[in-house]
Amino acid sequence: MISVTDLERTYRRPRTSLTGPRPEVHALRGVSFDIEKGQRFGIVGESGSGKSTLVRLLAALDRPTSGSISLQGRRIDNLPERRLGFLRSQVQIVFQDPMGSLDPRMRVRDIISEPLGRQPGRRERVRELLDAVGLPADSGERYPHQFSGGQRQRISLARALAPRPSILLADEAVSALDVLVRKQILDLIAELVERYELTLVFVSHDLGVVRRVCDTVAVMRAGEIVELGAVDEVYDDPRHPYTRELIAAAPNLAAALAGLEEE
Amino acid sequence: MTRNLSLLAGVVLVGLVVGTALVSFVWTPHDPLLVDASVRLLGPTGDFVFGTDKLGRDVASQLMVGARTTLYVGVVAVGIAALVGTPLGILAGMGARWLGELIMRVNDLVLAFPALLLAIMLGAVYGASTLTAMIAIGVATVPSFARIARAGTLQVMSTEYVLAARAGGRSRWWIALRHVLPNISGLVLVQSSVSFAIAVLAEAALSFLGFGTAPPTPSWGRMLQESQELLAVDPRLALVPGAAIALAVLGFNLLGDGLRDRFDPRLEVRR
Repeated sequence: MISVTDLERTYRRPRTSLTGPRPEVHALRGVSFDIEKGQRFGIVGESGSGKSTLVRLLAALDRPTSGSISLQGRRIDNLPERRLGFLRSQVQIVFQDPMGSLDPRMRVRDIISEPLGRQPGRRERVRELLDAVGLPADSGERYPHQFSGGQRQRISLARALAPRPSILLADEAVSALDVLVRKQILDLIAELVERYELTLVFVSHDLGVVRRVCDTVAVMRAGEIVELGAVDEVYDDPRHPYTRELIAAAPNLAAALAGLEEE
Repeated sequence: MTRNLSLLAGVVLVGLVVGTALVSFVWTPHDPLLVDASVRLLGPTGDFVFGTDKLGRDVASQLMVGARTTLYVGVVAVGIAALVGTPLGILAGMGARWLGELIMRVNDLVLAFPALLLAIMLGAVYGASTLTAMIAIGVATVPSFARIARAGTLQVMSTEYVLAARAGGRSRWWIALRHVLPNISGLVLVQSSVSFAIAVLAEAALSFLGFGTAPPTPSWGRMLQESQELLAVDPRLALVPGAAIALAVLGFNLLGDGLRDRFDPRLEVRR
């Protein structure tokens, strides 16, 4: 469904000296993988490992320096915006920041129906979506600041589902939430992926979170994939030393939840 | 608390100027243009609250009608500046990098040119009038709006809700109208109030120099000018319009400050 080959993305920093070359940052250095339809693909890595860059490239919100991305056999990395229409309804994103990803000046119903533009019937669709993500039916009239962090992520999910996408990208979608809410949103994502038969690309710095919703995981470090495989295999028998470090260092969601329930 | 206080003081002072101007349409104590040699240079009395000038005209009535001129110039000048500057700033913030750079460099050029000099040049070419003063002040104020709008636009364009809108296939026009404009409107409003104060001052200065409102239309700047030769004899004639200008400028500045605290995007989260 998604095929990524030798993907590289280099950013140029602003000049630090008048005569010298502009410093370059290699966010991605030769990343390749394939995602099958219906797969739940996790990407794990610490901050700065290039995972957010990768998500932006998959959503065609940015262009790679070299390499290619194909969606259902069609190259998408070199298309101009006006020819990306097919992708815009198929691929949707949920971001990390529950505040910054919703326009504070828009009503929730306008936020959710935004990917639909001026399509007729969008009001009814908003009602369906509010129900699907477990928000009260009257939420549409309210503004984002009237909701909690978890509820805002539900709004983001509803917006992402509005155009009936086949691929959902989640960029640290639960990282800003506290443990209990995180579990609820994770369960909701898993449920929605199942119900709407979505292909999921789930990015997180937390392997425990990825393990909960994904079947496959790619471990990224400094712009490269260091390990790729079924999530349980990678978790139980990590090959790369970095993966081992990551598992040892990450706070365990299950343990945290257990601790919470004991209290 | 202090923030509400400055907003309140601003609203009161601006309200006073606007109220005075509105009342002057239906009522003034005397005809502001009526010359009467028998009542020249009277001090404040019951009949003439602020006294009369060297031609025997009522100062209070002139002040009231002068408020109209002040507001008229301010509204038109700031209107021109906001309507031209804001779209330019948004374009500079959303368009291609070279276009943004071009707009901002031209902007710097206009900003470097003194507003009063521009007004005097326009006045010399097209004749001194309220209209040339308004246009000159308006053109000179465009850069402040373009700058603030560009800064706000860059900030909005870097947010995740704009990324989400792009991922949802929305056009640049949609993003500019639905996301950028509503989110920078607070900044533009604050800038309008601050620029209004500057415009009031500029109009007074131009009228004082004889490049603004032409006689006999009452204007605070010209009242100041006419009082100049009598400054030693009767400072009251300079104090009254001077105080009016100072209070109006203070009012719009306080209003701008109060609004800034209300609309500052960094304070948004706390609301």
